[in-house]
Amino acid sequence: MVADLITMDDLTNEQINTLLNNAEKLLPAAKGDEYLPLLEGKLLGNMFFEPSTRTRMSFETAMKRLGGNVVNLGALASSSVTKGETLFDTMKMVDGYCDVAVLRHPRQGAAQYAADACAIPILNGGDGAGHHPTQTLLDLFTIRQAHGRLDLNVVMVGDLRYGRTVHSLSHALARFGANLTFIAPPTLSMPEEIIQDLEEGGANITVSEDLISNLQTADVIYMTRIQKERFPDEDEYQKVAGIYKLARNDLRDVKESMILMHPLPRVDEIHPNVDDTPHAAYFDQAFNGVVARMALLCHLFDVAIPGGE
Amino acid sequence: MGEMRRVTAICNGSVIDHIPAGTALKVLRMLRISGHRANPVSLVMNVPSGKFGAKDIIKVEDRELTQEELDRLSIIAPHASVAIIRNYSVAEKREVDIQKELVNVAKCTYSNCITHGNREPQPHRMTIISSDPLQLRCHYCGRPQDMDAIIDNLL
Ligand SMILES: [Zn+2]
Repeated sequence: MVADLITMDDLTNEQINTLLNNAEKLLPAAKGDEYLPLLEGKLLGNMFFEPSTRTRMSFETAMKRLGGNVVNLGALASSSVTKGETLFDTMKMVDGYCDVAVLRHPRQGAAQYAADACAIPILNGGDGAGHHPTQTLLDLFTIRQAHGRLDLNVVMVGDLRYGRTVHSLSHALARFGANLTFIAPPTLSMPEEIIQDLEEGGANITVSEDLISNLQTADVIYMTRIQKERFPDEDEYQKVAGIYKLARNDLRDVKESMILMHPLPRVDEIHPNVDDTPHAAYFDQAFNGVVARMALLCHLFDVAIPGGE
Repeated sequence: MGEMRRVTAICNGSVIDHIPAGTALKVLRMLRISGHRANPVSLVMNVPSGKFGAKDIIKVEDRELTQEELDRLSIIAPHASVAIIRNYSVAEKREVDIQKELVNVAKCTYSNCITHGNREPQPHRMTIISSDPLQLRCHYCGRPQDMDAIIDNLL
Protein backbone atom coordinates (compact mmCIF):
# COMPACT_ATOMS: atom_id res chain seq x y z
CA MET A 1 0.00 0.00 0.00
CA VAL A 2 1.30 3.48 -0.84
CA ALA A 3 0.48 6.39 1.41
CA ASP A 4 0.86 9.11 -1.23
CA LEU A 5 1.65 9.14 -4.92
CA ILE A 6 3.83 12.16 -5.63
CA THR A 7 6.21 10.78 -8.27
CA MET A 8 6.58 7.42 -9.99
CA ASP A 9 9.47 6.76 -7.61
CA ASP A 10 6.84 6.11 -4.94
CA LEU A 11 6.00 2.86 -6.76
CA THR A 12 8.24 -0.17 -7.26
CA ASN A 13 8.28 -1.98 -10.62
CA GLU A 14 6.45 -4.82 -8.95
CA GLN A 15 3.73 -2.48 -7.68
CA ILE A 16 3.42 -0.94 -11.14
CA ASN A 17 2.98 -4.39 -12.67
CA THR A 18 0.33 -5.28 -10.10
CA LEU A 19 -1.51 -2.00 -10.80
CA LEU A 20 -1.45 -2.64 -14.54
CA ASN A 21 -2.72 -6.21 -14.07
CA ASN A 22 -5.49 -4.99 -11.80
CA ALA A 23 -6.42 -2.25 -14.24
CA GLU A 24 -6.99 -4.95 -16.84
CA LYS A 25 -9.38 -6.72 -14.44
CA LEU A 26 -11.28 -3.49 -13.88
CA LEU A 27 -12.04 -2.82 -17.56
CA PRO A 28 -15.66 -4.12 -17.45
CA ALA A 29 -16.40 -1.97 -14.39
CA ALA A 30 -14.73 1.07 -16.02
CA LYS A 31 -16.94 0.63 -19.08
CA GLY A 32 -20.03 0.30 -16.93
CA ASP A 33 -20.69 -3.30 -18.01
CA GLU A 34 -20.36 -4.40 -14.43
CA TYR A 35 -21.02 -2.58 -11.15
CA LEU A 36 -18.24 -3.06 -8.67
CA PRO A 37 -18.86 -0.95 -5.55
CA LEU A 38 -15.49 -1.63 -3.94
CA LEU A 39 -15.10 1.91 -2.64
CA GLU A 40 -18.61 2.50 -1.34
CA GLY A 41 -18.61 5.09 1.43
CA LYS A 42 -15.26 6.55 0.39
CA LEU A 43 -14.95 10.20 -0.51
CA LEU A 44 -12.36 11.70 -2.86
CA GLY A 45 -11.53 15.41 -2.89
CA ASN A 46 -10.71 16.81 -6.31
CA MET A 47 -8.45 19.78 -5.60
CA PHE A 48 -7.74 21.53 -8.86
CA PHE A 49 -6.00 24.88 -8.52
CA GLU A 50 -5.46 24.88 -12.27
CA PRO A 51 -7.95 23.94 -14.98
CA SER A 52 -7.98 20.33 -16.14
CA THR A 53 -10.73 18.43 -17.86
CA ARG A 54 -9.30 14.98 -18.39
CA THR A 55 -7.54 14.36 -15.09
CA ARG A 56 -10.32 15.75 -12.92
CA MET A 57 -13.10 13.96 -14.82
CA SER A 58 -11.30 10.63 -14.99
CA PHE A 59 -10.66 10.64 -11.24
CA GLU A 60 -14.31 11.45 -10.68
CA THR A 61 -15.42 8.72 -13.08
CA ALA A 62 -13.02 6.18 -11.53
CA MET A 63 -14.28 6.89 -8.02
CA LYS A 64 -17.96 6.74 -9.02
CA ARG A 65 -17.57 3.57 -11.08
CA LEU A 66 -16.29 1.97 -7.88
CA GLY A 67 -19.27 3.19 -5.87
CA GLY A 68 -17.34 5.96 -4.14
CA ASN A 69 -18.11 9.65 -4.08
CA VAL A 70 -16.38 12.84 -5.05
CA VAL A 71 -16.39 16.40 -3.81
CA ASN A 72 -15.03 18.98 -6.19
CA LEU A 73 -13.45 21.57 -4.02
CA GLY A 74 -12.10 23.29 -7.10
CA ALA A 75 -14.41 26.29 -7.05
CA LEU A 76 -14.13 26.66 -3.29
CA ALA A 77 -10.38 26.26 -3.39
CA SER A 78 -9.88 28.89 -6.04
CA SER A 79 -12.17 31.25 -4.16
CA SER A 80 -10.26 30.81 -0.91
CA VAL A 81 -7.02 31.25 -2.84
CA THR A 82 -8.20 34.61 -4.16
CA LYS A 83 -8.94 35.47 -0.54
CA GLY A 84 -5.32 34.65 0.22
CA GLU A 85 -5.69 31.29 1.93
CA THR A 86 -2.52 29.22 1.99
CA LEU A 87 -2.35 25.80 0.36
CA PHE A 88 -1.57 24.46 3.82
CA ASP A 89 -4.85 25.74 5.30
CA THR A 90 -6.91 24.58 2.33
CA MET A 91 -5.40 21.11 2.48
CA LYS A 92 -5.93 20.89 6.26
CA MET A 93 -9.63 21.40 5.59
CA VAL A 94 -9.70 18.70 2.90
CA ASP A 95 -7.84 16.37 5.23
CA GLY A 96 -10.86 16.54 7.51
CA TYR A 97 -13.48 16.20 4.77
CA CYS A 98 -12.18 13.40 2.55
CA ASP A 99 -10.57 9.96 2.54
CA VAL A 100 -8.19 10.75 -0.31
CA ALA A 101 -7.40 13.87 -2.34
CA VAL A 102 -6.09 14.62 -5.80
CA LEU A 103 -4.14 17.84 -6.16
CA ARG A 104 -3.26 19.82 -9.24
CA HIS A 105 -1.38 23.03 -8.62
CA PRO A 106 0.62 25.49 -10.74
CA ARG A 107 3.60 25.36 -8.37
CA GLN A 108 6.12 22.54 -8.37
CA GLY A 109 6.40 20.65 -5.08
CA ALA A 110 2.78 21.41 -4.14
CA ALA A 111 1.86 17.72 -3.92
CA GLN A 112 4.68 16.86 -1.51
CA TYR A 113 3.87 19.99 0.47
CA ALA A 114 0.21 18.93 0.73
CA ALA A 115 1.17 15.35 1.60
CA ASP A 116 3.27 16.65 4.51
CA ALA A 117 0.26 18.63 5.73
CA CYS A 118 -2.33 15.84 5.43
CA ALA A 119 -2.94 12.47 7.03
CA ILE A 120 -5.04 11.23 4.08
CA PRO A 121 -3.27 9.98 0.92
CA ILE A 122 -2.45 12.72 -1.59
CA LEU A 123 -2.31 11.92 -5.28
CA ASN A 124 -0.32 14.27 -7.46
CA GLY A 125 -2.48 15.33 -10.39
CA GLY A 126 0.26 17.57 -11.79
CA ASP A 127 2.44 20.14 -10.01
CA GLY A 128 3.84 22.90 -12.21
CA ALA A 129 6.64 21.54 -14.37
CA GLY A 130 7.00 18.66 -11.89
CA HIS A 131 5.29 15.30 -11.94
CA HIS A 132 2.03 13.76 -13.11
CA PRO A 133 2.35 10.09 -12.12
CA THR A 134 -1.22 8.99 -12.85
CA GLN A 135 -0.76 10.11 -16.46
CA THR A 136 2.33 7.88 -16.56
CA LEU A 137 0.35 4.95 -15.18
CA LEU A 138 -2.31 5.25 -17.85
CA ASP A 139 0.36 5.63 -20.56
CA LEU A 140 2.13 2.49 -19.36
CA PHE A 141 -1.19 0.67 -19.27
CA THR A 142 -1.97 1.73 -22.85
CA ILE A 143 1.43 0.54 -24.09
CA ARG A 144 1.26 -2.77 -22.26
CA GLN A 145 -2.29 -3.39 -23.41
CA ALA A 146 -1.22 -3.03 -27.04
CA HIS A 147 2.11 -4.85 -26.89
CA GLY A 148 1.93 -7.05 -23.81
CA ARG A 149 5.25 -5.66 -22.57
CA LEU A 150 7.16 -2.40 -22.02
CA ASP A 151 10.71 -3.10 -23.27
CA LEU A 152 9.99 -1.54 -26.67
CA ASN A 153 11.22 1.14 -29.07
CA VAL A 154 9.42 4.25 -27.93
CA VAL A 155 9.71 7.50 -29.89
CA MET A 156 8.70 10.74 -28.14
CA VAL A 157 8.00 13.77 -30.28
CA GLY A 158 7.40 17.50 -29.86
CA ASP A 159 7.84 19.57 -26.73
CA LEU A 160 10.24 17.43 -24.74
CA ARG A 161 11.67 20.37 -22.83
CA TYR A 162 8.66 21.47 -20.82
CA GLY A 163 6.41 18.43 -21.16
CA ARG A 164 6.25 16.80 -17.73
CA THR A 165 4.28 13.91 -19.27
CA VAL A 166 7.23 12.80 -21.38
CA HIS A 167 9.70 13.29 -18.52
CA SER A 168 7.84 10.96 -16.16
CA LEU A 169 7.07 8.46 -18.88
CA SER A 170 10.71 8.24 -20.02
CA HIS A 171 11.87 7.55 -16.48
CA ALA A 172 9.24 4.87 -16.01
CA LEU A 173 9.87 3.21 -19.40
CA ALA A 174 13.63 3.21 -18.77
CA ARG A 175 12.96 1.23 -15.56
CA PHE A 176 11.30 -1.41 -17.73
CA GLY A 177 14.12 -1.54 -20.31
CA ALA A 178 12.63 0.46 -23.20
CA ASN A 179 14.77 2.09 -25.92
CA LEU A 180 13.92 5.77 -26.09
CA THR A 181 14.19 8.14 -29.06
CA PHE A 182 13.65 11.85 -28.43
CA ILE A 183 12.62 13.99 -31.38
CA ALA A 184 12.37 17.74 -30.90
CA PRO A 185 13.63 21.02 -32.33
CA PRO A 186 16.72 22.30 -30.45
CA THR A 187 14.69 24.87 -28.51
CA LEU A 188 12.39 22.15 -27.15
CA SER A 189 14.82 19.25 -26.73
CA MET A 190 14.86 16.90 -23.75
CA PRO A 191 16.77 18.56 -20.86
CA GLU A 192 20.37 17.35 -20.68
CA GLU A 193 20.10 16.43 -16.99
CA ILE A 194 17.18 14.11 -17.72
CA ILE A 195 19.07 12.36 -20.54
CA GLN A 196 22.07 12.01 -18.24
CA ASP A 197 19.89 10.60 -15.50
CA LEU A 198 18.31 8.08 -17.86
CA GLU A 199 21.67 7.02 -19.29
CA GLU A 200 23.14 6.58 -15.84
CA GLY A 201 20.22 4.25 -15.17
CA GLY A 202 21.33 2.18 -18.18
CA ALA A 203 18.76 3.40 -20.72
CA ASN A 204 19.42 3.37 -24.46
CA ILE A 205 18.78 6.92 -25.74
CA THR A 206 18.74 8.33 -29.28
CA VAL A 207 18.30 12.05 -29.92
CA SER A 208 17.17 13.39 -33.29
CA GLU A 209 15.28 16.22 -34.96
CA ASP A 210 13.86 14.08 -37.72
CA LEU A 211 10.61 12.25 -37.18
CA ILE A 212 10.10 10.55 -40.53
CA SER A 213 13.37 8.55 -40.47
CA ASN A 214 12.50 7.20 -37.03
CA LEU A 215 9.01 5.94 -37.82
CA GLN A 216 9.79 2.47 -39.17
CA THR A 217 11.44 0.96 -36.10
CA ALA A 218 8.99 2.43 -33.59
CA ASP A 219 6.66 0.29 -31.48
CA VAL A 220 5.17 3.38 -29.90
CA ILE A 221 5.11 6.97 -31.14
CA TYR A 222 4.20 9.43 -28.43
CA MET A 223 3.25 12.82 -29.88
CA THR A 224 2.90 15.96 -27.78
CA ARG A 225 1.51 19.39 -28.41
CA ILE A 226 3.83 22.38 -28.69
CA GLN A 227 2.33 24.90 -26.32
CA LYS A 228 2.12 28.48 -27.49
CA GLU A 229 2.33 29.83 -23.94
CA ARG A 230 5.90 28.48 -23.62
CA PHE A 231 7.21 31.03 -26.10
CA PRO A 232 8.12 34.65 -25.39
CA ASP A 233 6.78 35.84 -28.75
CA GLU A 234 4.69 34.77 -31.69
CA ASP A 235 7.70 34.59 -34.08
CA GLU A 236 9.56 32.07 -31.95
CA TYR A 237 6.41 29.97 -31.70
CA GLN A 238 5.76 30.09 -35.43
CA LYS A 239 9.29 28.76 -36.10
CA VAL A 240 8.47 25.44 -34.45
CA ALA A 241 4.67 25.29 -34.58
CA GLY A 242 3.48 22.44 -36.72
CA ILE A 243 6.93 21.01 -37.53
CA TYR A 244 5.93 17.51 -36.49
CA LYS A 245 2.71 16.32 -38.05
CA LEU A 246 1.52 12.85 -38.87
CA ALA A 247 -1.20 11.96 -41.35
CA ARG A 248 -2.38 8.60 -42.63
CA ASN A 249 0.07 8.76 -45.59
CA ASP A 250 3.08 9.01 -43.30
CA LEU A 251 2.20 5.71 -41.66
CA ARG A 252 2.51 3.48 -44.75
CA ASP A 253 5.78 1.86 -43.73
CA VAL A 254 5.39 1.65 -39.96
CA LYS A 255 5.23 -1.63 -38.04
CA GLU A 256 1.79 -3.14 -38.13
CA SER A 257 1.66 -3.19 -34.34
CA MET A 258 2.88 0.41 -33.90
CA ILE A 259 0.61 2.54 -31.72
CA LEU A 260 0.34 6.28 -31.89
CA MET A 261 -0.28 8.01 -28.57
CA HIS A 262 -1.02 11.61 -27.55
CA PRO A 263 -1.97 12.94 -24.10
CA LEU A 264 -4.55 15.24 -25.83
CA PRO A 265 -5.71 17.87 -26.52
CA ARG A 266 -4.10 17.80 -29.97
CA VAL A 267 -3.80 20.78 -32.28
CA ASP A 268 -2.54 19.62 -35.67
CA GLU A 269 0.08 17.01 -34.67
CA ILE A 270 -2.13 14.12 -35.72
CA HIS A 271 -4.44 14.49 -38.69
CA PRO A 272 -8.01 13.29 -38.06
CA ASN A 273 -7.59 10.84 -40.97
CA VAL A 274 -5.36 8.77 -38.67
CA ASP A 275 -8.21 8.27 -36.19
CA ASP A 276 -9.71 5.20 -37.87
CA THR A 277 -6.40 3.43 -38.53
CA PRO A 278 -5.41 0.57 -36.20
CA HIS A 279 -2.46 2.71 -35.04
CA ALA A 280 -4.56 5.38 -33.34
CA ALA A 281 -4.39 4.69 -29.60
CA TYR A 282 -5.05 8.16 -28.21
CA PHE A 283 -8.75 7.75 -27.55
CA ASP A 284 -8.16 4.43 -25.80
CA GLN A 285 -5.40 6.16 -23.90
CA ALA A 286 -7.83 8.81 -22.67
CA PHE A 287 -10.30 6.14 -21.60
CA ASN A 288 -7.51 4.23 -19.87
CA GLY A 289 -7.15 7.17 -17.50
CA VAL A 290 -10.27 5.90 -15.79
CA VAL A 291 -9.22 2.28 -15.43
CA ALA A 292 -5.67 3.09 -14.33
CA ARG A 293 -6.97 5.44 -11.67
CA MET A 294 -9.51 2.84 -10.53
CA ALA A 295 -6.66 0.38 -9.98
CA LEU A 296 -4.69 3.01 -8.09
CA LEU A 297 -7.62 3.92 -5.82
CA CYS A 298 -8.26 0.26 -4.97
CA HIS A 299 -4.58 -0.12 -4.19
CA LEU A 300 -4.64 2.94 -1.91
CA PHE A 301 -7.60 1.68 0.07
CA ASP A 302 -6.13 -1.83 0.11
CA VAL A 303 -9.26 -3.26 -1.51
CA ALA A 304 -8.98 -6.64 -3.21
CA ILE A 305 -10.18 -6.73 -6.83
CA PRO A 306 -12.15 -9.86 -7.77
CA GLY A 307 -9.81 -11.96 -9.92
CA GLY A 308 -6.99 -9.44 -9.32
CA GLU A 309 -3.73 -9.59 -7.40
CA MET B 1 46.46 31.15 18.11
CA GLY B 2 48.51 34.20 17.10
CA GLU B 3 45.70 35.80 15.11
CA MET B 4 43.49 35.78 18.18
CA ARG B 5 45.51 38.69 19.50
CA ARG B 6 43.90 40.90 16.90
CA VAL B 7 40.89 41.15 19.19
CA THR B 8 40.91 41.09 22.91
CA ALA B 9 40.18 37.86 24.68
CA ILE B 10 36.63 37.49 25.91
CA CYS B 11 35.54 36.40 29.35
CA ASN B 12 32.41 34.44 28.40
CA GLY B 13 30.88 33.72 25.01
CA SER B 14 31.61 32.09 21.65
CA VAL B 15 34.45 32.38 19.15
CA ILE B 16 33.57 31.27 15.62
CA ASP B 17 36.72 30.44 13.69
CA HIS B 18 37.55 29.27 10.16
CA ILE B 19 34.84 31.31 8.47
CA PRO B 20 35.62 31.78 4.73
CA ALA B 21 37.21 35.21 4.22
CA GLY B 22 34.69 37.95 3.61
CA THR B 23 31.60 36.04 4.74
CA ALA B 24 31.50 37.03 8.42
CA LEU B 25 28.63 39.45 7.90
CA LYS B 26 26.56 36.75 6.25
CA VAL B 27 27.38 34.39 9.09
CA LEU B 28 26.14 36.96 11.57
CA ARG B 29 22.92 37.27 9.63
CA MET B 30 22.46 33.49 9.52
CA LEU B 31 23.05 33.22 13.23
CA ARG B 32 20.53 36.02 13.67
CA ILE B 33 23.09 38.08 15.52
CA SER B 34 22.24 41.72 15.00
CA GLY B 35 23.56 44.96 16.42
CA HIS B 36 20.26 45.43 18.21
CA ARG B 37 21.11 42.99 20.98
CA ALA B 38 23.17 44.10 23.92
CA ASN B 39 25.99 41.51 23.52
CA PRO B 40 29.28 42.95 22.30
CA VAL B 41 30.27 41.37 18.95
CA SER B 42 33.73 41.68 17.38
CA LEU B 43 34.66 40.77 13.81
CA VAL B 44 38.02 40.13 12.25
CA MET B 45 38.03 39.78 8.51
CA ASN B 46 40.69 38.50 6.08
CA VAL B 47 43.06 37.12 8.69
CA PRO B 48 45.88 35.11 7.06
CA SER B 49 45.29 31.41 7.70
CA GLY B 50 47.34 28.37 6.73
CA LYS B 51 44.32 26.23 6.01
CA PHE B 52 42.30 28.49 3.74
CA GLY B 53 44.61 31.32 2.77
CA ALA B 54 42.47 33.81 4.68
CA LYS B 55 39.57 33.59 7.04
CA ASP B 56 37.17 35.59 9.19
CA ILE B 57 36.65 35.26 12.93
CA ILE B 58 33.67 36.35 15.00
CA LYS B 59 33.52 36.75 18.76
CA VAL B 60 30.18 37.03 20.48
CA GLU B 61 30.28 37.89 24.16
CA ASP B 62 27.92 36.43 26.74
CA ARG B 63 26.22 34.07 24.32
CA GLU B 64 26.90 30.37 23.86
CA LEU B 65 26.05 29.21 20.35
CA THR B 66 24.27 25.87 20.19
CA GLN B 67 25.16 23.03 17.85
CA GLU B 68 21.88 23.68 16.03
CA GLU B 69 22.84 27.28 15.39
CA LEU B 70 26.27 26.26 14.17
CA ASP B 71 24.79 23.68 11.76
CA ARG B 72 22.94 26.49 10.00
CA LEU B 73 26.33 27.51 8.63
CA SER B 74 26.67 24.37 6.43
CA ILE B 75 25.99 26.34 3.26
CA ILE B 76 28.47 29.21 3.64
CA ALA B 77 30.95 28.07 6.29
CA PRO B 78 31.01 24.27 6.38
CA HIS B 79 34.46 24.21 8.02
CA ALA B 80 33.64 26.72 10.78
CA SER B 81 34.26 25.77 14.38
CA VAL B 82 33.06 27.29 17.61
CA ALA B 83 34.91 27.58 20.89
CA ILE B 84 32.69 28.22 23.89
CA ILE B 85 34.57 30.44 26.30
CA ARG B 86 33.90 30.40 30.02
CA ASN B 87 36.02 32.49 32.34
CA TYR B 88 38.66 33.25 29.65
CA SER B 89 39.28 29.62 28.71
CA VAL B 90 37.88 27.25 26.13
CA ALA B 91 35.22 25.15 27.84
CA GLU B 92 33.85 23.36 24.74
CA LYS B 93 34.63 23.01 21.03
CA ARG B 94 32.07 22.38 18.31
CA GLU B 95 32.22 21.90 14.56
CA VAL B 96 29.58 22.20 11.86
CA ASP B 97 27.88 18.86 11.60
CA ILE B 98 26.37 18.45 8.15
CA GLN B 99 23.07 16.67 8.72
CA LYS B 100 20.85 14.81 6.28
CA GLU B 101 18.58 17.79 6.04
CA LEU B 102 18.73 21.55 6.48
CA VAL B 103 15.53 22.96 7.92
CA ASN B 104 14.72 26.67 7.56
CA VAL B 105 18.25 27.56 6.52
CA ALA B 106 17.59 28.62 2.94
CA LYS B 107 14.75 29.08 0.50
CA CYS B 108 14.56 26.93 -2.66
CA THR B 109 16.37 28.46 -5.64
CA TYR B 110 13.56 27.45 -8.04
CA SER B 111 11.22 30.43 -8.19
CA ASN B 112 8.12 28.39 -9.02
CA CYS B 113 8.53 26.10 -5.99
CA ILE B 114 5.52 25.86 -3.66
CA THR B 115 7.69 27.26 -0.85
CA HIS B 116 7.67 30.60 -2.71
CA GLY B 117 3.90 30.75 -2.28
CA ASN B 118 2.49 33.50 -0.12
CA ARG B 119 2.76 32.86 3.64
CA GLU B 120 2.99 29.07 3.29
CA PRO B 121 3.81 28.00 6.85
CA GLN B 122 5.66 24.71 6.49
CA PRO B 123 9.47 24.77 6.95
CA HIS B 124 11.92 25.15 4.08
CA ARG B 125 13.59 21.75 3.82
CA MET B 126 16.72 20.86 1.87
CA THR B 127 17.95 17.31 1.55
CA ILE B 128 21.75 17.00 1.44
CA ILE B 129 22.73 14.85 -1.53
CA SER B 130 26.48 15.40 -1.15
CA SER B 131 28.39 17.08 1.67
CA ASP B 132 31.72 17.90 -0.02
CA PRO B 133 31.10 19.80 -2.18
CA LEU B 134 27.76 20.59 -0.64
CA GLN B 135 24.83 19.78 -2.92
CA LEU B 136 21.22 20.21 -1.93
CA ARG B 137 17.84 19.19 -3.26
CA CYS B 138 14.52 20.78 -2.27
CA HIS B 139 12.35 18.36 -0.27
CA TYR B 140 9.19 19.65 -1.97
CA CYS B 141 9.91 20.32 -5.65
CA GLY B 142 12.86 17.93 -5.83
CA ARG B 143 15.02 20.38 -7.79
CA PRO B 144 18.80 20.34 -7.30
CA GLN B 145 19.77 23.70 -5.82
CA ASP B 146 21.87 26.34 -7.52
CA MET B 147 24.62 26.62 -4.92
CA ASP B 148 25.71 30.08 -6.11
CA ALA B 149 22.20 31.49 -6.04
CA ILE B 150 21.28 29.90 -2.71
CA ILE B 151 23.58 32.32 -0.85
CA ASP B 152 21.01 35.03 -1.63
CA ASN B 153 18.21 32.81 -0.32
CA LEU B 154 19.57 32.24 3.18
CA LEU B 155 16.95 32.75 5.84
ZN1 LIG C 1 11.70 23.72 -4.13
